[in-house]
Amino acid sequence: MIRLLILLMLAGPVAAQAPPVTERIVSGLSQSRVSITANFDGSEILIYGAVRREAPPPGGEPMEVIVTVEGPAAPLVIRRKERTAGIWINRSSVTIDAAPSFYAVATTGPLDRILTQTEDLRHSITIPRVIRAVGISAEAENAPDFVESLQRLRSREDRYRLDEGFVQFVEETLFRADVVLPANLTEGDYRVRIFLLRDGRVVANQSRIIGVRKAGLERYLFNMANDEPLAYGLASLIIAVMAGWGASAVFRLIR
Amino acid sequence: MQLYLPIAEVSVNGFLLLGLGGIVGFLSGMFGVGGGFLITPLLFFIGIPPAVAVATGSNLVVASSVSGVLAQVRRKGVDFTMGSVMLVAGMMGSGLGIWVFARLTALGQIDLFVQLAYVLFLGMVGALMFQESLRAMLTARRPGVAPVRRAHVHTWVHRMPFKMKFRASGLFISVLPPMMIGAAVGFLSAIMGVGGGFIMVPAMIYLLGMPTKVVIGTSLFQIIFVTAFTTVMHAVTSQTLDMMLAFLLIIGGVVGAQLGTRVGIRLRAEQLRILLAVLVLSVAGKIALDLLLMPAELYSIAPGGGP
Repeated sequence: MIRLLILLMLAGPVAAQAPPVTERIVSGLSQSRVSITANFDGSEILIYGAVRREAPPPGGEPMEVIVTVEGPAAPLVIRRKERTAGIWINRSSVTIDAAPSFYAVATTGPLDRILTQTEDLRHSITIPRVIRAVGISAEAENAPDFVESLQRLRSREDRYRLDEGFVQFVEETLFRADVVLPANLTEGDYRVRIFLLRDGRVVANQSRIIGVRKAGLERYLFNMANDEPLAYGLASLIIAVMAGWGASAVFRLIR
Repeated sequence: MQLYLPIAEVSVNGFLLLGLGGIVGFLSGMFGVGGGFLITPLLFFIGIPPAVAVATGSNLVVASSVSGVLAQVRRKGVDFTMGSVMLVAGMMGSGLGIWVFARLTALGQIDLFVQLAYVLFLGMVGALMFQESLRAMLTARRPGVAPVRRAHVHTWVHRMPFKMKFRASGLFISVLPPMMIGAAVGFLSAIMGVGGGFIMVPAMIYLLGMPTKVVIGTSLFQIIFVTAFTTVMHAVTSQTLDMMLAFLLIIGGVVGAQLGTRVGIRLRAEQLRILLAVLVLSVAGKIALDLLLMPAELYSIAPGGGP
């Protein structure tokens, strides 16, 4: 009880003396939904905003910004080929609980300088942190190699990206980041997160959603394939037979 | 012309798909093979997920086979009696194959089994055909020595019961050998995800002694039904059939099949066989190398994991 009182007495004057600088994010997205149509060839989204403060920014290290865009996650199996009896076959495998189908990190500076390990753990910002691989070490020896190869393969496909220094930040107030979404996009809700950092610690963050949806013909075909699989299969067959017959008839006419 | 495929969820060049369909259709029309053993690896190569490639490839094979069969029907190159007999047995074989496929999938080694089956069957069939057709070509070229022409050679195949007349083929043989071949092809096609033309064509020529001119049409006739069955099965059970992808492949495929049939008619039978043998051997060789050489990328990602 006494301890609590002392604590309160100590805390009181400190709070009155220097009120913690509240810095909030005000942000906007160039588009809140992305439609995948037949001629979809990737898309670029602009994430912009400002830092709102009631007081001038405290001195010391300048503020940094990290913007992440994360696609829907799904469980995965990573397999590794090994030579057995002269031929290369899949031997060991590791199951990843959830890995995002797309993940882009854009920052104002090098990640290892602007973000501490603890904050990364708390907010899951870097690529290795968003890949949820709990208990994989039991599945195979050298399990970390599997996660590393997942990162490598997806980076090669442009699905995982780290763009250090790609966030423009003007006078510690205005920021903007351009994130390119590749053409091979999976449908779902894409989460945009914005972090403000100071001294490697997250001082404010905000998250928003971009809905990526198939539209038009893509939507129609996708729905039909899932809702009416038999009709869809038969329709495909009819197209095949008609096309085969049509080509044959046309070529006979030409001759 | 980039196109986003709704089921495969990848963006590919539309002209590339037309071209791929065209090449496979051309070979299909020329040799009387469905082309499944070509289109599926080609689709993998351009980044289509394997499950979608298998289902959609079989849809293409339906189209190019229909186109090819119609061209063959006009020149009386289809033995419908023989085709139907093989088809009935083929469906039974395919039912057994689907069951074995499910067992192997549960064991987790289906990929390896499919690859080994490809190497084994394509390699064996290709080598046999190559050797035989080379000998036939050399015999034909040697001046003075007229090759002994026989309608067909009598073997154990012709001593079996339940004889039946196959008019278009000019054969009077037991129904058992065609049924055995049909069942074996149905079984393999369910496991390997192919129409089975590359096995059926040589089997008809060498085991049944059918004339080459009816073999191609009859093989295509049977392939239509086997692959139609496979296509619908995939659409219903796994929803992996991509209609947009199939449509582009089909447009290229049917045109290719018509051109291929024209070229095939001009070539001599043993030339046709030696070309098919080379094609089959090269696919087998490619898959064998994949198994034997150290792959550039040891790791692979597959969806799933389940509960």
